[in-house]
Amino acid sequence: MDGIWFIAFVYLAAAVLAVPVANRLGLGSVLGYLIAGILIGPGLGLGLVGRETQDVQQVAEFGVVMMLFLVGLELEPQRLWEMRLRLLGLGGLQVGLTALLIAAGAVALGRYWGLALAIGLVFAMSSTAIVLQTLSEKGLTKTEGGRACFAVLLFQDIAVIAVLALIPLLARPGGWRDAAGNAAAGATAPDPHGTATLVADLPDWGYALVVLGAIAAVVLGGHYLSRPLFRFIADSRLREVFTASALLLVIGTALLMTLVGLSPALGAFLAGVVLANSEFRHELQSAIEPFKGLLLGIFFITVGAGIDFGILFADYATVLGLTFGVMGLKAAVLLGLARLFRLPAGDRWLVALSLAQAGEFGFVLLAFCVQNAVIPTALARTLSLVVALSMLLTPALFILYERLIAPRLRTDVQGPAPDTIDEQGAVVIAGIGRFGQVVNSLLVAAGVRTVVLDHRAEQIDLLRKLDIKSYYGDASRPDLLHAAGIAQARLFIVAIDDRDRAVEMVEYVRRTYPQVRILARAYDVGHMYLLKKAGADLALREVYHGSLSLGAAALRRLGFHPYKVERMTRAFRRHQSEGLDGMYDLWDQDPDIARNLALQAHIRAYVGSLQDALNADRRDLHDRTERGWTPPPKGFSRELDEDA
Amino acid sequence: MPSHAPVLSRGDGALAGRRILILFAHPSLDRSEANRPLAAATAPLEGVTLVDLYAEYPTFEINVDREQARLLSHEVICFMHPLYWYSTPAILKEWQDLVLEHGFAYGVGAGALNGKLFFNALTAGGPEAAYCAAGYNHFTIRELLHPLEQMARLCGMVYLPPFALFGARTAVDEGRMPGHVADWVRVLVALREDRLDLAAARSRTTLNADLATLLRGA
Repeated sequence: MDGIWFIAFVYLAAAVLAVPVANRLGLGSVLGYLIAGILIGPGLGLGLVGRETQDVQQVAEFGVVMMLFLVGLELEPQRLWEMRLRLLGLGGLQVGLTALLIAAGAVALGRYWGLALAIGLVFAMSSTAIVLQTLSEKGLTKTEGGRACFAVLLFQDIAVIAVLALIPLLARPGGWRDAAGNAAAGATAPDPHGTATLVADLPDWGYALVVLGAIAAVVLGGHYLSRPLFRFIADSRLREVFTASALLLVIGTALLMTLVGLSPALGAFLAGVVLANSEFRHELQSAIEPFKGLLLGIFFITVGAGIDFGILFADYATVLGLTFGVMGLKAAVLLGLARLFRLPAGDRWLVALSLAQAGEFGFVLLAFCVQNAVIPTALARTLSLVVALSMLLTPALFILYERLIAPRLRTDVQGPAPDTIDEQGAVVIAGIGRFGQVVNSLLVAAGVRTVVLDHRAEQIDLLRKLDIKSYYGDASRPDLLHAAGIAQARLFIVAIDDRDRAVEMVEYVRRTYPQVRILARAYDVGHMYLLKKAGADLALREVYHGSLSLGAAALRRLGFHPYKVERMTRAFRRHQSEGLDGMYDLWDQDPDIARNLALQAHIRAYVGSLQDALNADRRDLHDRTERGWTPPPKGFSRELDEDA
Repeated sequence: MPSHAPVLSRGDGALAGRRILILFAHPSLDRSEANRPLAAATAPLEGVTLVDLYAEYPTFEINVDREQARLLSHEVICFMHPLYWYSTPAILKEWQDLVLEHGFAYGVGAGALNGKLFFNALTAGGPEAAYCAAGYNHFTIRELLHPLEQMARLCGMVYLPPFALFGARTAVDEGRMPGHVADWVRVLVALREDRLDLAAARSRTTLNADLATLLRGA
């Protein structure tokens, strides 16, 4: 019963069943995974999984690493620099204050100070996995509160390294009587992931040197080596090799960081930041995204499955009291700090409620504390349960925020003045050839944020040399469009050469993201109709306006008065658009002109009427193109005189 | 073709009063301080149609049929605009040149506009004192608007003095906008409900100089 296939089946089945249901009920995917874990776990559920949960969790923690890589990809270095105050101030104060307050509480309850401080540090950490996943699912990442959450989580990630170094010093001299077996294991180098490190036996200065060297390797390698490498792989047009190299990059970075005793998540984040400016950003994102999602999901399932309900039922008052106490205290600290850092009222609550739980680093730190005989095993089990329960409660707090707090604060927001461009409402442009470039230049010059995609790496390379922000990737791939932010975009502009793919793209986006307006470049009238049928809000023939301008220039050179030419051009355009609108239904019956007799007749009539439209006098035809500026009839003033 | 103009509650007969057509022309609305709040206050009023001409015809390709139909379905016509060189912004001149055709607005057999009310709602940069024989503009605002007054008269319309904001560039800083906007709404409602003393108004320099004395009832 415990073959790898069976375990994989149980995990996947639980996820497939529980997550969509949880999502439909508005609980979010994280709670869905946690419930799935409880359902298959040994405590309350079917007991389908058990001992191997720990091993699975170690693999699944890699999802957190990938998530931080993706977060890094979203964050350009200069944005990271801009948030330094919040990172150190808000994050530092959160970890420090929370740890000290919880430690003070534990000392008051009669615990040894070292033990108390260790517990404080364990609970000061929040769950990067749950919070970032939920924030992005709910579209709160770009809010003030979302950014503050991220700053705190990032600081915690960095702080874990220091905490791991600190924990061995907190052990009570003489150790714990009941931790006999583990007590001796203390005083090894910080090693959260159970792998041997290269730096265990180095002196301090050597260790510092190695760490700096590793970071430099990630930064310089990411900056100088990755681009030619990705170019080379992209040119081979083998998608799975690109995916493999993206995975290789993340795993390699994580491995390097583990070898020098740093957090692999932090290393992956750094690698992400380095690559945030790269043209392969969206392609990398779409390659890593599915792995991250799956691994994170499994991670949440293991958290759910790992909840030891035996302890909960044996001593539920203590466990629940601790859980609510810790969450209440963390929320209070965060609320105070958010006010200190002048966050808007609604965002303060978002920060306080979303970061109130303890996190996956809590598990790591607890295990490490037991190893170093800082926390006795029995107590660590109870504390583990508190960490897990607080994570389980987090989605409920998000729901509380969404239902009760956010709606109340949204009402007093004033509507923006007209003509301001919404930063969120970006434009995704597919294809940056002759056509897309002009479209993009105009939008960018007007201050609109665009994301440009093209599948020709050499084209992207050229544009980047001209400082035009663009990304390599095949825009007809749903995952890449998603990575480019199509879900939040206001407009999608299709400017690619390939006619069939353009139509498919329009169909896909219209169906999947009905709120996005679609503007498309059409090859000819037939293609224009196809695009409109596929759901494009506007389809323009690529050469129409250019050829009309050239025709107008020809008329001017033939001696027509320029303004007369302008009027005729306008009349031509109006006549065209009316004619094409009228033709659509006929075309829809049978797009093949050769067979469609009604369409042929319509086109003949249209061509015939064109000349009249351009030259008609309004008195004969009452056509409004020529109506303008027609002088009143001769002798009209005599009539007016008689009236007066 | 989608219309950009909010066409508001043109109740066919349901609304007893006059229907008002505001032809609004401002070529750089994003920088407007006076006309934007005025337009914003106009849009939600019942029985009032606000047409943003620059938004609807950004290339000046005015749809004559649509504009003539609009004129026919309203009893009060108003040009709302900043005063540019003692006249309207260019698109309103274009609008006159194209829409007020011989045979429709004037001339034998015409009479589509007979009896309708016409006036300008304008904002002027100069102070009111500048608009007189002794001031630097040498003419009163009504004298400067003579071409429009005569346009209205030739089309058989009843001309009313302008609803005017002088010193418009400093109106916001001096806190004059809220009062002016309130007066504007009052004038529109009074016109709609036929509570404006037309006979008395016709001899005034502006509609809003001594507004209270022009309003009846309610």
